[in-house]
Amino acid sequence: MIKTDILIIGAGPTGLFTVFEAGLLKLKCHLIDALPQPGGQCSEIYPKKPIYDIPAYPEILAGDLTDKLLEQIKAFEPGFTLGERAETIEKLEDDTFIVTTNKGTKHHAPIVAIAGGLGSFEPRKPPIPNIADFEDAGVEYIIRDPEVYRDKKVVIAGGGDSALDWAIFLTDIASEVSLVHRRNEFRGALDSVDKVQELKDAGKITMITPAEVTGILGDEKVTGVSIVKNGEEKIKLEVDHFIPLFGLSPKLGPIANWGLDIEKNAIKVNNALDYQTNIPGIYAIGDVNTYPGKLKLILCGFHEATIMCQSAYKRIHPNKKYVMKYTTVGGVEGFDGSKKEAPKAVVKKIE
Amino acid sequence: MSDISIKITDRNGALHEILAPTDMAMNIMEVVRSYELAEEGTIGVCGGMAMCASCQCYITSDHELPEMNPDEDLMLAEAFYVQNNSRLGCQIHITSALDGLEIELAPES
Repeated sequence: MIKTDILIIGAGPTGLFTVFEAGLLKLKCHLIDALPQPGGQCSEIYPKKPIYDIPAYPEILAGDLTDKLLEQIKAFEPGFTLGERAETIEKLEDDTFIVTTNKGTKHHAPIVAIAGGLGSFEPRKPPIPNIADFEDAGVEYIIRDPEVYRDKKVVIAGGGDSALDWAIFLTDIASEVSLVHRRNEFRGALDSVDKVQELKDAGKITMITPAEVTGILGDEKVTGVSIVKNGEEKIKLEVDHFIPLFGLSPKLGPIANWGLDIEKNAIKVNNALDYQTNIPGIYAIGDVNTYPGKLKLILCGFHEATIMCQSAYKRIHPNKKYVMKYTTVGGVEGFDGSKKEAPKAVVKKIE
Repeated sequence: MSDISIKITDRNGALHEILAPTDMAMNIMEVVRSYELAEEGTIGVCGGMAMCASCQCYITSDHELPEMNPDEDLMLAEAFYVQNNSRLGCQIHITSALDGLEIELAPES
């Protein structure tokens, strides 16, 4: 069981900054995120795109913002449960919570801060009628263990970086790799496209373009796929695995069943006070919450995280006196023993 | 004239005739959101960067639209339920030339 003071669900910019504000109050944080890396949308959808409305950064790439936040919170030693989705929440008699992920990892904390953005990222599943029958029986939307494909025949569908990168990677493992895409052009990084071209010329990847997988063949497990090429030509391809890689889309998911007030796919919070939800001890901050006048901006998430941490502190330490200190005055004392503080004034006498 | 009229068929098949301003630098996706014609969180997920296709729509009138840029073209190449008249709403800016435009929102995916 992982124990912490504030359990943050979602490791996007708002969740990450929460660690800093909590750290100033000597509260420890642990983050859960369904993605394998921190940063949320900033790292998953648009790491190379600029953001222009982060105060004091006239321009910053979303990926760089994530890196800067990680650097800023490093001294507060946040814990991470990555690649797992928060699934259930249980309130104990002492008003603390246990949150369990889809892989069974349990987290115990007096405060839960949901910073889940638009939800957890789920793979986009192509609308092939019988695809659900073959999930985990030869159809995989995410590659977890590449060894599964050793000496197997694999067909990948998609035109972005993940389709290209996995096609390249699997040429060393699978016996046959085919790549199906609706265009001859690919959206991925140029060097990946070049590499696939090289592997195609060497006969290691079979390119089937412009084409689309329209059906899955097999009885209980995948034995092949049907493909339509050039809009008319029908092809049957014998394969053991079909890997559709069409990116991820966020879904609110299991959080919707936690008994929280939900409106327009977002969690209602008390914005007059502390961004607490209808369940005391559970807060919602950043894009995942809603209130009159809500703006889904990273900078608003930072503000909400700051206010929320003050309220969390009072909930954890109801009888302790506390006043907010400026970091310039109080410095930043990390949990790792590091200390940052403003340099003292140099005094020199004039003779 | 600063407003144009657009007919939008939502994902449930209901037709809405709405007014959209030409002077607010808005696009079709933002107009749909401003009238709440699709559930929040199911449209404009990437914010309008042509990176998610959640604002895919079918153009059913014969208006001449601005040409697709490569971002939109390649995103549509990976989207689902794509037809010949598919466009990404976030890449179509509201201009007076679009007065009377008719569109249908593509299914959520």
